[in-house]
Amino acid sequence: MRSPNLALASPRYVRDATDPRRVERALNDFRDGLARWRLAVALARLDIRNRYRGSVIGPFWLTLSTAVMVTGIGILYSTLFKLSLEEYLPFLAVSLLVWTTLSQIITDAGNSLIYSEGVIRQVPLPYTVHVLRFVIRNVIIAAHSLPLIVVVFAIFGVMPGPEALLAIPGLLLLFINAFAGGLFLGMICARFRDIQQIVASAMQLAFFLTPVLWKPDLLGDRQAWLPLNPFFVLMETVRGPLVEGGASAMVWLGAIVYTAAACAVAFLFFVRFRARIAFWV
Amino acid sequence: MPLIKAEHIAVEFPLYHVGARSLKKRLLARSPIRLKEDESHRIVVAALRDLSFVIEPGERVALVGGNGAGKTTLLRTLAGIYEPVAGRLEVDGSIGSLIDPAAGMDSEATGRENIMLRGLFLGMSETDCEALAEEAGRFSGLGEFLDVPIRTYSAGMSVRLSFAAATLMEPEILLMDEWFMAGDADFIERANERLEKLVTGADILVLATHNMSIVRKWCTRAIRLAGGRVVADGPVEEILAGET
Repeated sequence: MRSPNLALASPRYVRDATDPRRVERALNDFRDGLARWRLAVALARLDIRNRYRGSVIGPFWLTLSTAVMVTGIGILYSTLFKLSLEEYLPFLAVSLLVWTTLSQIITDAGNSLIYSEGVIRQVPLPYTVHVLRFVIRNVIIAAHSLPLIVVVFAIFGVMPGPEALLAIPGLLLLFINAFAGGLFLGMICARFRDIQQIVASAMQLAFFLTPVLWKPDLLGDRQAWLPLNPFFVLMETVRGPLVEGGASAMVWLGAIVYTAAACAVAFLFFVRFRARIAFWV
Repeated sequence: MPLIKAEHIAVEFPLYHVGARSLKKRLLARSPIRLKEDESHRIVVAALRDLSFVIEPGERVALVGGNGAGKTTLLRTLAGIYEPVAGRLEVDGSIGSLIDPAAGMDSEATGRENIMLRGLFLGMSETDCEALAEEAGRFSGLGEFLDVPIRTYSAGMSVRLSFAAATLMEPEILLMDEWFMAGDADFIERANERLEKLVTGADILVLATHNMSIVRKWCTRAIRLAGGRVVADGPVEEILAGET
């Protein structure tokens, strides 16, 4: 039964150190890896299950802890900022949920290849599969907490206009960045094991520098500088359409520019160092 | 036609976490043979050095040599996991590798899920994977344990499962390490039958082993590695002359 679907890897390959054909092989890696999305989905689901093994409500712990945080911070900060709860809480819920997703993705990005170490060293697979596994893992986690937004909106009777649909391309941009980030940070963190700690503390700082808890208009005239913060821009493409009647053109432009830059850097790195990954993990 | 052609290939492992200068000097002074410094002053282990050989269809090749001679590294390089830093490697044909019994296994998942995962690693469709799991379950004789997480398995049970999962393919080039000798007597008998089918079905066999009776039984050619180099290459009897 030598059936064609049993074709293992590519039937013929040539590795020539004097002619590495790096770009071509990186592109093949993307193509083959994306074609194997079923494998990435299966691995991502296993990851989620293993992470919450034995827990009764499993990944809903994330939902629950975010819900508690939204309520607590909502009551405190609406008093501090002298805003009514009806006005502040929907904003905060969207902010915090989008931020948690974003920061979860960035902190997890450094793990994208290290996590698959056992597989990388044993089974020849396109590296794209491992990065895709990380992205899908985070999509699943996000799918557990983002619906909380609907609950908060229902409680406070917030009804966003049709522009809310723009949050979907916003989320798409976020996950495209997740792929680029998973590729780039995954490689860097596999090679230099300290980077992960640096990323984690940088994200903590970014939480306070980015208007997550506070509204951007508190900055007054200096609001114009905000698009320089890539975290703000990426968050705003999802938050804006949902609670602020849409994001500004500047935000969308920024998001697209940052995404393109992230993809370009990740691609160049991948082309240059792809062959070394098996030795790094 | 399946073919493996290696021309002067070399594989080096960088040792990333020996940065300190004094440690570096000491390491290099002690082992002038395998450890060396590359152009960017990293310490690397020369795992394979200047290997050249051609394996034609129908050949059954044994890789022999002491521990650390580079046998498993060579298998992994042929499987496409490690990329050579020098030389040219050409491999033509679908590859099946039985290098590590636990390759890609998830200890929290059940036996059945692991077999399905293995199928997906090989690029099979989900329905094929389910059929595969059935067949592997029957062959491994795990019975009801097939639906229990494999972290609860005994060593013998995991070998049986891995063996069943790993031998379900029919590759043209079979790369094999010697781990498959574990398991109880009853299983070894059944395993032998299946191995024989797999080995005779493949056009090329590359087998890394210490067991000379296995070499004599299955192989037609032996390549002796030492210190990452080929020191002898030829018909089994010639290479193994004087060994028991």
